[in-house]
Formats: sequence, C-alpha cells, structure tokens
Amino acid sequence: MAVITPQRRVGWLTANFVVIALALIPVLWLVSLSLKTPTAILDPSFIPSQWTWGNYSGILTSAQFLRPLLNSIGIGVISTIIAVGLASMAAYAIARLRFPGKGVLIGMALLIAMFPLIALVTPLFTIERALGLFNTWPGLIIPYVAFGLPLGIYILSAFFREIPWELEKAAKVDGATPFQAFIRVIAPLAAPGMVTTAILVFLACWNDFILAISFTSTIASRTAPAAMEYFSGGSVFTVPTGPISAAAVVITIPIIIFVLFFQRRIVAGLTSGAVKG
Amino acid sequence: MSTTTPAVTTETTPAHAAKKAKPQLSEGARAERRLGFILIAPAVIVMIAVAGYPIVYAVYLSLQRYNLEFPQNKAFIGFANYGAVLSSPYWWQALWVTVIITVFSVSITLVLGMLLAFVLHRTLFGRGTVRTASLIPYGIVTVAAAYSWQYAWTPSQGYLSALFNNSAPLTSHVQAIIVIIIAEIWKTTPFMGLLLLAGLSLVPEDLQKAAKVDGATGWQRFTKITLPLMKPAILVALLFRTLDSFRIFDNIFILTAGNNGTGSVSILGYDNLFNALNLGIGSTISILIFICVAIIAVIYILGFGTAAPGSDIGKR
Repeated sequence: MAVITPQRRVGWLTANFVVIALALIPVLWLVSLSLKTPTAILDPSFIPSQWTWGNYSGILTSAQFLRPLLNSIGIGVISTIIAVGLASMAAYAIARLRFPGKGVLIGMALLIAMFPLIALVTPLFTIERALGLFNTWPGLIIPYVAFGLPLGIYILSAFFREIPWELEKAAKVDGATPFQAFIRVIAPLAAPGMVTTAILVFLACWNDFILAISFTSTIASRTAPAAMEYFSGGSVFTVPTGPISAAAVVITIPIIIFVLFFQRRIVAGLTSGAVKG
Repeated sequence: MSTTTPAVTTETTPAHAAKKAKPQLSEGARAERRLGFILIAPAVIVMIAVAGYPIVYAVYLSLQRYNLEFPQNKAFIGFANYGAVLSSPYWWQALWVTVIITVFSVSITLVLGMLLAFVLHRTLFGRGTVRTASLIPYGIVTVAAAYSWQYAWTPSQGYLSALFNNSAPLTSHVQAIIVIIIAEIWKTTPFMGLLLLAGLSLVPEDLQKAAKVDGATGWQRFTKITLPLMKPAILVALLFRTLDSFRIFDNIFILTAGNNGTGSVSILGYDNLFNALNLGIGSTISILIFICVAIIAVIYILGFGTAAPGSDIGKR
C-alpha cells in the first residue's frame, strides 16, 4: 500500500465529494421545490425563501395521489412475489437439473430483457382491452411479472451456482425428493439471493412509466409515476410544481431506504454473473 | 427498466454436467427432466403469453389497415404500413434523435462510469458512503428525476436555467436534446460504474505493480493492462446500456413530450397508438424498433464472440 500523502488525501476527498454532490443535487432540488411556497417557487435559489409543508399535506390528503401510491405498492409487491417465485423455480432448474432446451430458455429470457417495451405496448393494449384487463391491477401485474422474470432468472441462477449443493445430495440420501430438497434445504440457503432479486424486481416495477400510462385510464389502477402528470395546480394557470415535487420526493423515499439498508445486496445483484472469474 | 447482467465468462463445467447424456435415460434422469420442465413451465408460459404472443400479434396487426376510430375499415393491406412509415420523415427524424441520444449518452456514460468505478475502487475513505450515494440515481424513479431536470431548466424558476443566463433550453431542438442526454447520463452512470467496478476488481494488483516497477506510466497501465482485462465487463455494460438507451421514453415524455423534434422512436410509437389510435401504423413502428434492437444486439454479440451473454449457462 502506498503512503497516504496529504495531497492524495485531499485528492480523494475531492473526488468523493464531487461524486456525492453530482448524485444528490437533482434529488435535493426536488426536496427544495417541494418545501417552497408557490411564491418561493418563482425564485431559482436552492434554499427556499419561504417554507411550507403544504405541498405534502396537499398530496397526502388527496385521492389523486394516495390511491396511485397504494396501487404502486400493491402492484409492485404482488408482481415481485410472483416473479421471484417463478424465477426461483426456473433458476433452480437451470443451475441444477439436466434437461433439454435450457439454451432456448436462456435465449428467450435474454431477448425479453432487451425488448423495447414500446414494441409490446400496441399489441398488449389491444389484447388487454379484449380480455377486460385494461385499467386493472392484473393488467399491470402480468406484464411486470413477465419483465421481472429474465432479471430474476439471471440473478438467481448466478446465486444458485454458489450454493453448496452437497447439502442437497445429503438430503436426498436421507430420503428427500428433489422437490423437498429444494424447499427444505436450498430455499433457506438461497434466501439472500432472493432478497436481492426481490429488491431489483420491485425497483423495476416501482420505476415503470410506459406500461403504467399505457394500460391505465383512471386512479383505480394508475401507479404513482403515471399519476403525477395529472396533478392540477391551484388554478388552470398554475403549474403544479410544488405538489409534483412533493410526490416525486415521496416516491423516492422507499428507494433511499432500500439503498441505505441493502447497498451491498443491490451491488451484488447488479453485478452478479457479469464478471465471475 | 429491467437491466440484468448475464454471465460472460466461461467457468469450468461442474463434473456432473460434463457427463454425456446416456442414450437411454434412467428412471432418475427422466424424473430430473420432468422436474426441470415443471419448474420452468410457469416462467416460460408467462414470458410467451406477455412477450412472445404479442410480438407475433404485432406482426399481424402491422399488415392490417386498422384505426380504432374507423374499425369497420379494417383490412389486410400487406406491407403498405411499412411503406408508409419508412417513407415518413417523422420516422427518420425519430430514429435519428434516438441514435444521437444513444450514441452520446452511452459513450459519455462509459467514460464517466469508468471514472466512477476508479473512485469506488481506489478511494481511501468513505467507500460505502460514495457507493450508497451513487446508487440513488440508479434507483430513483426516472419520471421523478425527469421532473427535477425539467424544473431546473425552467426559466426564472430553475437553478440551472439561472446559472445559464435564464435560458430555456427545453424549448429549442438541439438544447433540449442535450438536456435529455444529461438526464440520461445522470441516471445511468451509476449502473455503468458498478458493472465496470466489478470488472476492475478482477484486474490483479500484482500485474499493476509489476508494470509500475517496469516503468509503465499510469496511462500505459490503464490501456495495456486494465482495459484488455476489463473487455468482457465493458462489452456487457455497453450492450445493456445501448439497448436500454435505444428505448428511451420516460425522460423525453416528461422533459419535452417529444416537442421541437425531440421525440424518440418509442415516443413516436406511443403517439401513434394513443393520439392517432392507429393500431396498424403503431404496430409497424413496434416491429421496426424491434428489428433495430435486434440489429444492435447482433452487432454486439458478434463483438462478444464466445463470451456472449448466457453462453456459459446455456452449456450447462
């Protein structure tokens, strides 16, 4: 290890500071806007000249935001549970079992992971209208599960390869069926990988905009990101900058919590399989 | 959107997988096969139902004249929709904007991501804090961040507009595209940085030291040792970022709604469906975007060679 000279120390401190500042300034700007009174919003300074909680109390008492927030949470959680469940089964099969067609499955998952979502919006829109799924929770949950699956299958098959499989053999010797071996022995060992996958799949659902605005028409199923552009200002001439900023801050809070508590897991999940040596 | 990182390296195959499948399957092997199919079935069914079938349906729709406003005029018209889209200046304009945004945002993100990876890898203190902070742009809802950029560039309200002489970049073509590119770069640099960091941590420290002893400069060590060893990680990161960037939608939708000629191909497809209600043309645009993405993927995968994503998993 090289000697840490004062210059090096200052250099790295500066580099760290620059990274943190660049990452946080746009977020802090939203926080600032959300705390500004309508008059203060017209002042471009970063520190609000007049403070108010009004934007928050406004959106948090309005069904126009609360219902979409509930939709976001409900649809995100249900999609995540289903996607992680199905992906675990498939990833286990890929990591452990011998059967033909594995390459096709991997190729298919890769194709869907790279899919331009807009290419599916037109046909799915038509199909969902025909099936009565348009503007319902399942109308979003089903595509979210489908697009969460490739992500889940990749991360989980990378994690599953790291598991000590002798334990599974031991369980089989003790008379467990392959299915029992999966549920009793492997699933608990795989839990950390599944948590990581769940976080990343949930973030993807939470983040989605294009499907949410395409397959919903009312707050019955519209999610929070899609609902923000329907906010209205105090009058028709007012742009609802304050309420939108407050809503943006509210939907960012879960992300900050995830990042603070699961930083290591998120990094491990994002890079899993990318560069295993 | 879904960003995943498939394996690129070829691992040594575990002993059990190396065994050649016997011509006649034993009872156990057949049970294993059956279990394998049962376990993948639900995932396969969902993926085919939501992605496979609709893309086939989109091909069918793209060959029809089908406008929701005039459903009785629905008719098979062959490739006429393709002719209409490919001879329309709107398509080429949107494709050009998309390509410009993709090329600039991905290449700048690669450079900044490399710098970020170096900071995360080498910094002497506060590594966890820097990592946590840089994950926030990755995780934040794109729409929320897009509003932040939009308000920052709103004249007489935004700090960035105030910094640049109260300018209104979102109302002019080139400047709006630059703002969109900045928003993309801010959002995606952490993902690039983390992927490159994972590649960087595989470069052996000894090799660096040996080169240093031999008198190699920092730049020489970077280009002769670090870059070649990181090539697989860089290619994976570039592939995913390029395909992700090509389908850019959220940032443009919020920042400019595609005004002033800033619409991407995804915005064009969306407008055709929801404003023109033209399912035939909308599906044609969908198929053309799909073909573009396939071309990008093929170019990259040819570049990957044997290290193509999934190639090692596929072998198992």
